[in-house]
Amino acid sequence: MKVSIVGVGQTKFGKRQDASSREIVFEAFQEAIDDARISSKEIDASIICSATHYEKQRSPAGVIAEYLGLNPQATFNLEAICASSSVGVRVAWSMIKSGLHNVVAVVGFQKMSELRSSEIQEVMGLSGDAMWESPFGTSMPAYYALYAKAYMERYGATEEHMAKVSVKNRHYGAKNPKAMFQKEITMQQVLDSKIVSNPLKILDCCANSDGASVLILTNEDRAKKMNDTPVWIEGLGLGSSSMSISGRQLPLTSFTCSVEASKQAYRMARLEPSDIDVVELHDSFSIAEIIGYEDLGLCQRGEGIKLIDENQTYVGGKFAANIDGGLISKGHPVAATGGSQLRTLVLQLRGESREAQVENAKFALSHNVGGIGMYGAVTILGV
Amino acid sequence: MSFERFGKISYVSQSKLSGFIKFLEEGKIAGTICEKCGKIYFPPRADCGPCLCTNLKWIELSGEGKIESFTNIHYPPTSFKEDAPYILAAVRLKEGPITLTTLNKSESVKDIFIGMPVHLVPVELSDDRLSFEARVK
Repeated sequence: MKVSIVGVGQTKFGKRQDASSREIVFEAFQEAIDDARISSKEIDASIICSATHYEKQRSPAGVIAEYLGLNPQATFNLEAICASSSVGVRVAWSMIKSGLHNVVAVVGFQKMSELRSSEIQEVMGLSGDAMWESPFGTSMPAYYALYAKAYMERYGATEEHMAKVSVKNRHYGAKNPKAMFQKEITMQQVLDSKIVSNPLKILDCCANSDGASVLILTNEDRAKKMNDTPVWIEGLGLGSSSMSISGRQLPLTSFTCSVEASKQAYRMARLEPSDIDVVELHDSFSIAEIIGYEDLGLCQRGEGIKLIDENQTYVGGKFAANIDGGLISKGHPVAATGGSQLRTLVLQLRGESREAQVENAKFALSHNVGGIGMYGAVTILGV
Repeated sequence: MSFERFGKISYVSQSKLSGFIKFLEEGKIAGTICEKCGKIYFPPRADCGPCLCTNLKWIELSGEGKIESFTNIHYPPTSFKEDAPYILAAVRLKEGPITLTTLNKSESVKDIFIGMPVHLVPVELSDDRLSFEARVK
């Protein structure tokens, strides 16, 4: 028995100071229900994914399920920071596969603008090991900058290579009406932008954002009745790495949680990296997309910079990557991101993407990384 | 004596490793060593995960190491605002362990490179707090 994603919804990502988190979630939920052409009464479980610390509400599943009209069905919170909604899909798959549930909604949301930016900065400092690393004043960009620096040293990558990732993603972001940034940028603009944590500059980094994504999953029988060409979950992978740098593999040029997750997903799907037509990569920082190509086996070690140099990850290249604009254009409302990536891939596989479409795409892969590289989630979809 | 004196800001106040603070006070960098498998931990751990044992002893370390990677932080967490920019580095110690630390404020980022020899030294911070940092040899 296979499991299918039969409904997708996403709000526009960006600063949403006009709405509360439950209202933002409602927008994405409505869209997913319309897309699936079901009644919300048919949903027999909801998984509410959000990262902690961004709002004051404890146990948000309570209030979200209530607001969406999903009581008295099963509901609970799930958290894996930036990878929350991808892990939500993994759990939903298991719940359906076991026969325990028939239709499961995976709801991912984040309302980051509820906090002042100084508060967000403080929360971000706690993204690493709070006992041994946060006391040194760490930040999310700093951790990725350590990888960027080590990768540059090892493979001769330059700041221009990283800038090219942002230029590509912003090129596609300009076509995505749901992206936070819908304007193209030049390499010079990236290089001239303010340093956040060198070598990463502000245009190498994704932005904090508000938003929600909703995916509706169901079993094979039901999916076939609902749609002539359902999108199937072919492979799932979830890997982990140590949270602290002390436990990481040297040199800092690979996120081993992603390597592990992709191996699991390819094995389950019985596919090779070369079978993948469209990829959604976790480009929280430009360097993460380059390392991501390599961690997912889409090219050899050190060749990520060649792919970006030769424009091989635009539509029409070796494979298309982040053609919805990626996190760099869309913004990164932490727990909504995985669902947004999968929404993009479902639309690609259905051939319904209005803005940038890979023709006849058969297999698609999403790569969603939690935190500073602790949780790696890979999902392979197929039609 | 408790762990809350560690770092400019500590987020963990209680630990089995409060002895670490005493070593810092004495100007020493200490890790722990698992008596079963011989693995050295720095930052120290009270328990050895792979061996599932608690037979760990304090061990004084040389503090000598090399920079594995580094970054100059311009946008810090709010509590570190007045320190920015400051250099954060991943340092691999001679004895094996890797740790994250900051570089002494007098170092200039343009002089720092991967593979650069450094040594870890205890530092006294304001408000009777203690930490360690890397200094260029």
